[in-house]
Amino acid sequence: MNIWLVLLIGGLLTFGMRFSLIYLFGRFEVPQTMRKALHYVPPAVLSAIIFPELIYPSGNLDLTLGNTRLLAGIIATLVAWYTKNTLLTILAGMAALVILQLL
Amino acid sequence: MSESRKAFLNGVRAEIPLLISVFPFGMIYGALALDAGLSTLASQLMSSIVFAGSAQFVTAQLVHDGAPGFIIILTIAVVNLRHMLYSASLAPYLKNLSLKWKALLSYLLTDEAYAPTILNYEKEGITPVSHWFLLGAGFSLWFNWQVSTAFGIFLGAAIPKEWPLDFALPLTFIAMVVPILKNRPMIAASVSAGLVALLAFSLPFKLGIILAALTGIVVGTVLESGKSISGALSPKGML
Repeated sequence: MNIWLVLLIGGLLTFGMRFSLIYLFGRFEVPQTMRKALHYVPPAVLSAIIFPELIYPSGNLDLTLGNTRLLAGIIATLVAWYTKNTLLTILAGMAALVILQLL
Repeated sequence: MSESRKAFLNGVRAEIPLLISVFPFGMIYGALALDAGLSTLASQLMSSIVFAGSAQFVTAQLVHDGAPGFIIILTIAVVNLRHMLYSASLAPYLKNLSLKWKALLSYLLTDEAYAPTILNYEKEGITPVSHWFLLGAGFSLWFNWQVSTAFGIFLGAAIPKEWPLDFALPLTFIAMVVPILKNRPMIAASVSAGLVALLAFSLPFKLGIILAALTGIVVGTVLESGKSISGALSPKGML
């Protein structure tokens, strides 16, 4: 599919969701279950992307110590856990990857 | 100074700390989108067409991985579903505005514009000019996002191709996810989504991502509901 069409539809959907309940005020309420479910969207979607990026780094399953992206990802996860600092996490992960690739 | 202008500037002022922390993200997005294979124009215009940080990062990643268009669109939709909550939360405060105002403010309704605005409404209530606050917060963030994207594209073009810059995308996602893993349903949502994504890796069209995301959402929601039921049943609220 053409990238411009993807961006346009993606943009319209995003606008539609932002506009939806402002427009429908008084006519529709967000159900409680959906409210709950929405909290789990970020961890679910992002993890669905992170895990394969680390474990299938070049399209093939790699659970060995030679998988530098997996090791660097684990280091970044630890940095994120202890510092909660986004930029520090990215820098630590990138530094770890570069160093591990040199080893 | 007119009241509406004052409200607008109050919105801008409340947004300033957020602008500072969002700027590096716009730059990272710009550099990564370019590295992921999007054209300069598409990388820049995505920031105004979609105008949603995490969805833009995810889109760059999926373009990099060669995912088909409908998967990218579905993923954008899932990632941005949370905006319906902001929409619902602000709706009562915007109910008296014209359709044009509602549409404009909806376009500007990001996480970062929502946060100071809802606090302002809760404190000040509705006034004849209170929507100008959201316009100030939303527009300053929008402007900041366009400029920081441009900076990122400019810098990204100068970074050598051999650098493993594409790895910064999953790292950005790790930095977003880890701090929100505060309880068991959140952790379970994350781990189950990750495992399903691995098991479903060979599915065509990157369908595994959608399947995995839905699994994580259901697991988290069911666990949370189960917890509140068991909490209501057992006097100690254990389990």
